[in-house]
Amino acid sequence: MDAESMRLLGTALAIGLGAIGPGLAIGLIGSRAMEALGRNPEAEAPIRTTMILAAAFAESVAIFALVVALIIKFV
Amino acid sequence: MAEMKPHISIKGEELFEIAHFPVTNSVLTTSLVVVGFLFIASYYFTQVKKNKRSLGFYAINELLTMIHGLMEGVLHNKIKMFFGLLGSFFFFILLNNWSGLIPGVGTILWKVQEHGETHMIPLFRGGTADLNTTFALAAVSVFTAQFFGFKYLGAVVHLGKYFNFKDPVMLFVGILELILEAARILSFAFRLFGNIFAGEVLLTIVPFLLPVYLSFISAPMYFMEIFVGLVQALVFVILSTIFINMATSHDH
Repeated sequence: MDAESMRLLGTALAIGLGAIGPGLAIGLIGSRAMEALGRNPEAEAPIRTTMILAAAFAESVAIFALVVALIIKFV
Repeated sequence: MAEMKPHISIKGEELFEIAHFPVTNSVLTTSLVVVGFLFIASYYFTQVKKNKRSLGFYAINELLTMIHGLMEGVLHNKIKMFFGLLGSFFFFILLNNWSGLIPGVGTILWKVQEHGETHMIPLFRGGTADLNTTFALAAVSVFTAQFFGFKYLGAVVHLGKYFNFKDPVMLFVGILELILEAARILSFAFRLFGNIFAGEVLLTIVPFLLPVYLSFISAPMYFMEIFVGLVQALVFVILSTIFINMATSHDH
């Protein structure tokens, strides 16, 4: 196991495992948002804005994992 | 075909030096974007004075009104103080995100001498694809929130949020909140940098893997990058607004 192979393995694992949590999180956010929208169709604009905001928060964790993977590969 | 690899660099490379200040390709692109924005702003300003205004004026006006409305819902009457900074953040980040997508950015190369060997590096690079830019923006945002916290609440109340001597639990929570403020800088910086840089890497790698006659497949990714640029600018501004509001209001 030389350094080059470990580097490739590290890149793949960093982004692969790092995307599990945010993927689940964004799915849950979307489903709860749709549930809330079904209960109260008049509040569409605040629900939509808050959902996009919360999804961007959750996605940023996946982006942190991606940045670590890119640093391992290219630096 | 042996040694062709796409050129991906995580930092902006230096093009030349002006009085010992290294001018990187992202500094060059950001300067050009700011000059372009000055043209847009002067166009808007001349259109305001006319009677019959053009369609571009109404488009920009609608965008400004939407941003203003979004922030007014959070800030209520402090919007007069902060809209200058937050609106500027929005346009700066939006135009810099989209500047990485203009044809020619990242592909026009420039020959540079470095310790005797010549490299070819891209002449332009999207401004926010450089961690320096996003770190500076994040630092400005967090320090603005802190400064206006001191100004609106007074030093005692503001520091009392972090150093709360009522009981040991609240003291610990206060210290944690202080660390959270510092982590906020990193979070802002890496969120914006990661999204835009990953988009650039994607748009470099995918056409590299495809044959030339199938390269229209990267068109949906191009549109997604346009959307991501808009969403990330919006998220940065909305989060800054929320944190400024939290810092300048008497809550808890």
